[in-house]
Amino acid sequence: MSIDKATVAHIAALARIRVPEADRERLAGELRKIVAWIEQLDEIDTTGVEPMASVVEMTTPQRPDAVNDGDCRDKVLANAPAASHGFFTVPKVVE
Amino acid sequence: MELCDLTIAQARDGLGARRFSARELTEAHVKAMEVARGLNAFITETPERALIDAARADVRIAAGDARALEGIPLAIKDLFCTEGVLTTAASHILDGFKPPYESTVTAKLWAQGAGMLGKANLDEFAMGSSNITSYYGAVRSPWRRRGDDRPLVPGGSSGGSAAAVAARIAMAALGTDTGGSIRQPASFTGLVGMKPTYGRCSRWGIVAFASSLDQAGSLTRTVRDSAIMLRAMSGHDPKDSTSATLPVPDYEAALTGNIRGLRFGVPKEYRVEGMPAEIEKLWQTGIEWLRAAGAEPVDINLKLTKYALPTYYIIAPAEASSNLARYDGVRFGLRVEGKSIEEMYEATRAEGFGDEVKRRILIGTYVLSAGYYDAYYLKAQRVRALIAADFKRAFETVDVILTPTAPNAAFAVGEKMDDPLAMYLNDVFTVPISLAGLPAISVPAGLSSEGLPLGLQVIGRAFDEETVLRAAESLERAANFTARPPVLS
Repeated sequence: MSIDKATVAHIAALARIRVPEADRERLAGELRKIVAWIEQLDEIDTTGVEPMASVVEMTTPQRPDAVNDGDCRDKVLANAPAASHGFFTVPKVVE
Repeated sequence: MELCDLTIAQARDGLGARRFSARELTEAHVKAMEVARGLNAFITETPERALIDAARADVRIAAGDARALEGIPLAIKDLFCTEGVLTTAASHILDGFKPPYESTVTAKLWAQGAGMLGKANLDEFAMGSSNITSYYGAVRSPWRRRGDDRPLVPGGSSGGSAAAVAARIAMAALGTDTGGSIRQPASFTGLVGMKPTYGRCSRWGIVAFASSLDQAGSLTRTVRDSAIMLRAMSGHDPKDSTSATLPVPDYEAALTGNIRGLRFGVPKEYRVEGMPAEIEKLWQTGIEWLRAAGAEPVDINLKLTKYALPTYYIIAPAEASSNLARYDGVRFGLRVEGKSIEEMYEATRAEGFGDEVKRRILIGTYVLSAGYYDAYYLKAQRVRALIAADFKRAFETVDVILTPTAPNAAFAVGEKMDDPLAMYLNDVFTVPISLAGLPAISVPAGLSSEGLPLGLQVIGRAFDEETVLRAAESLERAANFTARPPVLS
């Protein structure tokens, strides 16, 4: 399926980025070009190839399940655009 | 010799012999930073901090207690979190963000006595190859084409880091490399740029772009300085479970100057269409240099080279779309108010992200979305496995691989700007290595006909930075690159 204005609106909504109606056609064109270019991967036979999730051949180290950080609420909140009473604040989500 | 022209190794000797103090060394660099403000290499300058660091260093030196980077003033790419110091990733969306913690790699540098001159400019979220996508404005290279005064890009995304070291503002700089963001700017500005093996340095505290590819590294003026920096930066970090538990070698000790018997691969797939003849010629010259030093060239195949870029442009945006989900106007940075929480998210992200970042988030969201995940994302991960296997096979017969770093020299601000795909091609020789997680270094090897630096890239086996550095030093000696950016003379 080719990327059109409706696709742009859909993925922009998924990505939580407002894309004004006026920009959707231009973005659809740019994304179509990029996707057409990445589709050259179809030329490669990848039958039976495991998808690579990590480039380093190593087992993830384990550590004790113990708290080793935290207790710094005010430091965490210091960067919040809005906070009160020790909480982040956001627009009302429950009527 | 001017203090700002010294390498780290020379400064270490000079400080040790008390020929100058860390304060004098740092003051000279702070002055250089002021003079060169037109380059826009820094987002935040921290001269007071640098002078405090220098004063501490002088105390250690006087006590005979100097560490590996004692008194060395550095520029830090503004993608590393620095405690209490504005950290922006060159994005509007991180407005005012002062991290309450320090990245592991910067903490290691401070623990070795280094000082911080400031936070270097970059492409927004490290997405770019020209440093024109920064919210804080483009960085200008200190280089110019012969007889042409138009400003040139320093490359990207570590463009501010590169400009600062090339212009003798900083003795070295921290960068990050996801698809070439250290090596390509190093090539454009006549510097040594090292991307270590994925896992060699901790990613903790680096603003994440594509977590399976991101790696910290350095930009320096010599290979020896690169070795000094790498040793200080490397090592396992419990806070990054992908960081390697291997011991960290003394990389300087690996610079024996002897590459006799070394086998180096020359992949014919790196002769890409449209590559300028002078880059092909420089590559041949590099082959001759290594041969003359006793190494043996071996023709190799890296058949999937041309598929690396499209693979990268699925995987990197996919990971970015996920990593950048955290910028929602709630916990840090910019918030644009909205009537509902969804409106607030959408308005914040629309205003906070620049065009290239939005484009990549949208592509990433698309390739991960229902119905496309298998066709694009899993396909790319499969191709990535094949690309890594290509390298593994090659390294059964060779010790390192020699290629050009970039298919072109630096370009002017405004050139190559209309087409995102044309810009992506800058990374055609660096991206395959990133996908395979291997170490690679760019060494300045010569000048283009227009008088601009060109780099050659040495690629090594995973965690064999020592051989990479040894071969790079041999190239460096043969190339004897002494050109300086015209704005300095």
